[in-house]
Amino acid sequence: MDLGINVVEMVIYLVGIIAFAAGNAAYLVWVERKGAAHIQRRTGPKEVGPFGLLQPLADGAKLMSKQIIFPDGVDKPLFMLAPLLAMVPAIMIFVTIPFSETLVARDINIGLLMIFAFASVNILALLIGGWASRNKYAVISAARAVSQNVAYEIPMLVITITIVLITGSMNLREIVASQAGPFWHWNILPTNGNFLGPITFIMFFICSLAETNRAPFDLGEAESELIAGFHTEYSSMGFGLFFMGEYANIVIGAALTTILFLGGWYSPFPETIPYLGTAGAWWFLVKMYLLIWTVVLIRWTYPRVTLWSLLNLSWKILIPFSLLNLLASAGLVKFLG
Amino acid sequence: MAGYFKNILSGSWSLIVGLSITQKEFFKKPVTLQYPWESLEMSPRFRGHIQLVKDAESGTHRCICCGMCEKGCPSGCITVKGEKQEGVKGKVLVGYDLDFTKCSLCGQCIENCKPAAIEFSKEYNLASTRKEDFHYDLLKRLKEQK
Repeated sequence: MDLGINVVEMVIYLVGIIAFAAGNAAYLVWVERKGAAHIQRRTGPKEVGPFGLLQPLADGAKLMSKQIIFPDGVDKPLFMLAPLLAMVPAIMIFVTIPFSETLVARDINIGLLMIFAFASVNILALLIGGWASRNKYAVISAARAVSQNVAYEIPMLVITITIVLITGSMNLREIVASQAGPFWHWNILPTNGNFLGPITFIMFFICSLAETNRAPFDLGEAESELIAGFHTEYSSMGFGLFFMGEYANIVIGAALTTILFLGGWYSPFPETIPYLGTAGAWWFLVKMYLLIWTVVLIRWTYPRVTLWSLLNLSWKILIPFSLLNLLASAGLVKFLG
Repeated sequence: MAGYFKNILSGSWSLIVGLSITQKEFFKKPVTLQYPWESLEMSPRFRGHIQLVKDAESGTHRCICCGMCEKGCPSGCITVKGEKQEGVKGKVLVGYDLDFTKCSLCGQCIENCKPAAIEFSKEYNLASTRKEDFHYDLLKRLKEQK
């Protein structure tokens, strides 16, 4: 048994994944603040380090040096469990995400299923955090977040099934491999054989925004109505973990969209611009960060939706369309593929 | 049913327009100033507390100690101290005190001033925890300006 090598490998992957998740969370906050500032014609953080690049470190040091406050009447074990539940599944999901042909911690056959299994734990963190806080706003926020996630998990999974039908695999590496070649082989484009590609992509993107509780669907946080929602009572790294979990989830959402629709690590122009490489982790990262930038742009463009229109969008538009989409794609696969 | 699809299409279009607007704004130059390091030029009609005008020819103030500013001040916040000195024609200004805590920046003193010896300053960085800090000796201030 090569247990020794396996343990070393596991530790390397674990450290790498945690560093990637935490580094992304820290610097996406910087991107978010800078982006928001420039969209609103301000400058954003600029004092700590060049272009404020050391700001995330300063924020991290500040958060870690603060006291964790337990208000009267909180359910202490649950209160402490919730931030962990926000962060741990997010890190777990990175295990199956393939950044390139070979750069993946664990190449699991049912990787897609595993991702959605862990992603649905995230809502438990919001629910437990909101419930354990003994705070009216937190409970309202938790209830909202649950109804939102129930509503959006349905179209998201239906769309994922559509992609699984087309690619014929739940292995993320194989899903990307089926889109090998130039950009018109990607699942997003109708030229891939499935003319519903763009609609599927847009629906998936909307659902991933809602699943990660991101603006304009951030009803769980809704700072203008619910203070900070489920993490109102959290301070120090309890709050920090919720925050990191949120950004890790954004990264996962963007990575998943890249894998399912944008051809993962494949270059869009393998023949016309060969010197950039036909495939590689950096193509994956470029696509992923472009999507993340879109997510940031969306947050600073749209006002928050009401709960009514949020649920309306899911039940009246996304669910019927995703079901029709599934039916049509199944027909295409059956009769044309 | 037609309204349902029309709503989806026009709504989606409006979302795209919104995104393009924010993306364009992102590339424009910030309009804010980094205050302690940069600040705006005050407009010519900005009214700070009054100060003695420095005469370009004589290099000192033009005050003749007539006391019209003091008499005209509705808040009574100006005190002009002048005295007769040997060999000098007219009174000599020895003290010009302004109690800025009472001043309402009406400008009556400046209107009344025949030799145009006082003007509004452009000073706005005023903050203190003690009201004594707003009792200015304008003559001293003029000398420090030199």
